[in-house]
Amino acid sequence: MDNDQRELPKPTPETQHFWDGTKQGKLRLQKCKSTGEVYFLPRHFCPSSGGTDIEVIEASGRATLHSYVISHLPAPGFTPPYAIAVVKLEEGPKMMCNIVECAQTPEALVLDMPLEVSFEKVNDEITLPQFKPAGK
Amino acid sequence: MKRNSVAIVGASETTELGKVPGMSQVQLHADAALNAIADAGLKLSDIDGVATGGHNAVEIAHYLGIVPKWLDGTSVGGCSFMLLVRHAAAAINEGLCETVLITHGESGRSNLGRHGSSIFPSLFQQQFERPFGVTRPPTMFTIPVLRYMKDYGLSEETLAMVSVIQREWASKNPRASFKDPISVDDVLNSKMICYPFRLLMCCLVTDGGGALILTKADRAKDLRQKPVYIRGTGESCETPMISQMADFTSSAAFRVAGSNAFESAGITHSDVDHLMIYDAFAHLPIYGLEDLGFVERGEGGAFIADGNTKPGGSLPLNTNGGGLSYMHSGMYGMYALQEGVRQMRGVAPAQVQGAEISMVHGVGGMFSASGNIVLTNVK
Repeated sequence: MDNDQRELPKPTPETQHFWDGTKQGKLRLQKCKSTGEVYFLPRHFCPSSGGTDIEVIEASGRATLHSYVISHLPAPGFTPPYAIAVVKLEEGPKMMCNIVECAQTPEALVLDMPLEVSFEKVNDEITLPQFKPAGK
Repeated sequence: MKRNSVAIVGASETTELGKVPGMSQVQLHADAALNAIADAGLKLSDIDGVATGGHNAVEIAHYLGIVPKWLDGTSVGGCSFMLLVRHAAAAINEGLCETVLITHGESGRSNLGRHGSSIFPSLFQQQFERPFGVTRPPTMFTIPVLRYMKDYGLSEETLAMVSVIQREWASKNPRASFKDPISVDDVLNSKMICYPFRLLMCCLVTDGGGALILTKADRAKDLRQKPVYIRGTGESCETPMISQMADFTSSAAFRVAGSNAFESAGITHSDVDHLMIYDAFAHLPIYGLEDLGFVERGEGGAFIADGNTKPGGSLPLNTNGGGLSYMHSGMYGMYALQEGVRQMRGVAPAQVQGAEISMVHGVGGMFSASGNIVLTNVK
């Protein structure tokens, strides 16, 4: 992968804690203190209750492979074919990622397989949360 | 929504569809608009409301020389035109304007005079999806489908049948881009685009446009065309990001838009004689049939593969050949509406004999938004 060509996230005030977390090797979610709901995307409020009494929590990093495609189309910074996946975190929310340390084939990418987070440092500003087969 | 109070009195596509290198996007809008105005037997000066999606509505009004009393530029992707029909009907009923022109034009293939995305960019998609290599719609819209296939046992062969049967409809349509019959093997041997999606499971990329003229039903009876009444409508949205769709096997936006359309129209599923479900990719008619409630969850693929939606079947679906075979400029919703109007006028190339109610269901973005219009030729 030629990392330099990828479109990298531009953190905003609502998401800064998330991108600060990945730099420290932490996958951060948010939790509503009144309902107990854990949510993602980052917001200054709980999207279910509208409540602003929220906290940032560290996710376990455990997830399962919820769905994916293997793209054969050209994309800056990627060498096709490559998988674009959505994982379901142990805490509930879904998140897009690539599956690393794994063949990019239907045979190797089996739905519901256990995964764990793997942090990919792109540069001093951005570390991307990726996922790899559990125990690898 | 006041049932049957507003009618479509003019409808036309651009003179040419497919590859139109002689027109930029704004002229595709105008070509369709002038055709629709002529179809209605009206003049440009009769138009006092203008609406479009995917293009600056002010530029369209100005290009046509119209200073409107009502303007709508809702741009939520390919179903924008279903939402615009709904909004226009409400505006006419409220007396904000009398005669609305809704235009679509898109230089999807020749790429002349386009503004880029037809949908506003998503802040969070930039941060949480684009770094992982999503680019064009085939890399996003298709992501939920492996989940559906595992949960409901949908096979690649059954998915391919959607493309095969829509080509059967396209073969009856002289204006369809692709008319030659295809088999399941043809689909499954076509080029891999985004596993599990192959080329023949993905929509076309073409140039074209379409326009509609709406006015009060009581005025419609004095005009040139057989009126097509707006009987019911619905709209909704769920998420700007495919990864955040709550249930990968069902669209919340489809369910809300669909149930509101049925309720406002006062009809049940057995009343629908003709159905259009926006098919940017082969899985969409399957999700649509289920989320609109025509079949139970998990049964959409088998319903299509068993022949229920093909020519001569009990529920004629995507009778123009759809986005998979007819045309798809990028925002296909307008062409689905045009086919609904043709069916209600009784002039479609693959006419459903005696059809009185047509449901036209649209999607915008990647399961992001949805609009649904129920048309009828019986007041």
